[in-house]
Amino acid sequence: MIETRGLRKSFISRQGRDKKTVEAVRGVDLEVAEGEIFGFLGPNGAGKTTTLRMLATLIEPDGGTATIAGADLLADPGEVRRRIGYVAQGGSTWDDSTAREELVLQARLYGIGKADALRRAERVLEGFQLSEYADRKCKTYSGGQRRRVDIALGIIHEPKVVFLDEPTTGLDPQSRAHMWDEIRRLRAEGMTVFITTHYLDEADALCDRISIMDNGEIVASGTPAGLKREISGDVVRVGLPVDAVAAAAQALTSYKLETYEDNVRLYVEDGAVAIPQILRALDAASVPLGTIELHRPSLDDVFLTKTGRSLREN
Amino acid sequence: MKLLRDTSLIFNRQMQLLLRNPVWIFVGVFQPVMYLLLFAPLLKPALQVNSNAEAYEIFVPGLLVLLAIFGGLFQGFGLIAELRAGVIERSRVTPVSRLALLLGRSLRDVVSLIAQAVIITLLALVFDLRVFLPNLLLAYLMLALISLMTSAVSYGVALVVKSEDALAPLMNTVAQPVLLLSGILLPLTFAPGWLQGIADWNPFSWAVNGTRALFRGDLGSADVWQGLLIMAVLAVAAVAWAAREFARSVR
Ligand SMILES: Nc1ncnc2c1ncn2[C@@H]1O[C@H](COP(=O)(O)OP(=O)(O)OP(=O)(O)O)[C@@H](O)[C@H]1O
Ligand SMILES: [Mg+2]
Repeated sequence: MIETRGLRKSFISRQGRDKKTVEAVRGVDLEVAEGEIFGFLGPNGAGKTTTLRMLATLIEPDGGTATIAGADLLADPGEVRRRIGYVAQGGSTWDDSTAREELVLQARLYGIGKADALRRAERVLEGFQLSEYADRKCKTYSGGQRRRVDIALGIIHEPKVVFLDEPTTGLDPQSRAHMWDEIRRLRAEGMTVFITTHYLDEADALCDRISIMDNGEIVASGTPAGLKREISGDVVRVGLPVDAVAAAAQALTSYKLETYEDNVRLYVEDGAVAIPQILRALDAASVPLGTIELHRPSLDDVFLTKTGRSLREN
Repeated sequence: MKLLRDTSLIFNRQMQLLLRNPVWIFVGVFQPVMYLLLFAPLLKPALQVNSNAEAYEIFVPGLLVLLAIFGGLFQGFGLIAELRAGVIERSRVTPVSRLALLLGRSLRDVVSLIAQAVIITLLALVFDLRVFLPNLLLAYLMLALISLMTSAVSYGVALVVKSEDALAPLMNTVAQPVLLLSGILLPLTFAPGWLQGIADWNPFSWAVNGTRALFRGDLGSADVWQGLLIMAVLAVAAVAWAAREFARSVR
């Protein structure tokens, strides 16, 4: 459904007199299958939005090729536009318009007739539980309601592929869960959904497949479960008083380890064998111990092993 | 035809939003009326003419051209607000005609300018201004071309600079010499030769002369067709350029 080869984009940014080239996207190869929810996971500035904007025909790539829903991005951007929907990270509604007006206009911009546009607006308003507010101005909506309008605007013309740039950022946990359901519903209706996110749990729970992006490059791709399986071994998380973290790290230097505010994580081959050793080492250094847990690697651990940094720190 | 359909979609939306905001209508009417009531009485002695009617014949066309220029040049601010809200990006991912994105907006500006012009003309009639209807319609055509051009320029510049902070000084810097060198508020008849020489290079000065000729009832004057032609050419150029800016990548 989406295939890209070597997609690149750099920006020239001016800071006073200095010109700096930012390589936002440095050669992205992707394959997204029909009917899946595909996720782009990466920290701020990874190049997720830039990639999406290129695929949505909003900015021209510096290099590389892409086919989206059977249309060639460079040769026929007009056809790509007809086949996709795009929801920007920053939203797209006008304060003084109502959701219904926005939806009808958007449908009509895609060439849909007036009566049909009204019908479609009615249907998506119901689908996204917006009927109650449909005729109120957008500026009166809550963040979550407004985000739902954004998504509804992106799919009103029933595209084959829809790009959602951070659909759940800024939503409370309950609205996020709702949004996930809506996104799954889009997949059930046959759409291919391409989302970006910097939430680990979102990538894990919602996406069929993900690519992890960092610094303009894809560092890993696969199903969330598959990616985690690639990291052999277990993670031992040792909870500690805040002031004991440094001492613990010192006592455990022989392990591959990450320190956090009130815990350290150790990557070990076999947790059951490692735990007694860890306890002994901490005891020998008289580090006060809080809790100890053993768990399978998370996507954050995947990111960590690929980049040497943690996503959580961002 | 797709262009027509898309243009009318954008135009209708913009019109609807404009009418929803009565403050604009009030400001748009109030300001010119103030000019007419408070500024015009100074004119008869200043212009050394014999009657109010004669003074208005010179002043009203100048005022209308002034409104067309300024009304147009400052439309870019609204577009920057739309850029910020993501509305423009949302339109640009659809297959809508890029020319329509511009024309729909500029035509709204033309329509609201003409509405203002009609109100002012009607008021001036009360003050003894007399103008022949076909001439008046041609004068409105001139105003429409001016405002089409200036609003397109303003939209194009807004898409390039993308911030109010840059747009405001830019437009002011353009508007000021244009205003001073066009003989808009007072005719340049009494200006020294060098000033008139510069004014000849100001396209708006031709537009003002043409509009004045029409209000004077001098349809045959060369000023009329020259003014219309210059404004038409510039309007087409401005629209073509600004539509290209709509098509280009913006962020
Ligand atoms: N128009 C631009 N001009 C200059 N630099 C830009 C521009 N757009 C993006 N960048 C830079 O490109 C890099 C990638 O940005 P991008 O918006 O794609 O990141 P992102 O992964 O979407 O991040 P976030 O999670 O914060 O949305 C950043 O360093 C950003 O500053
Ligand atoms: Mg982004």
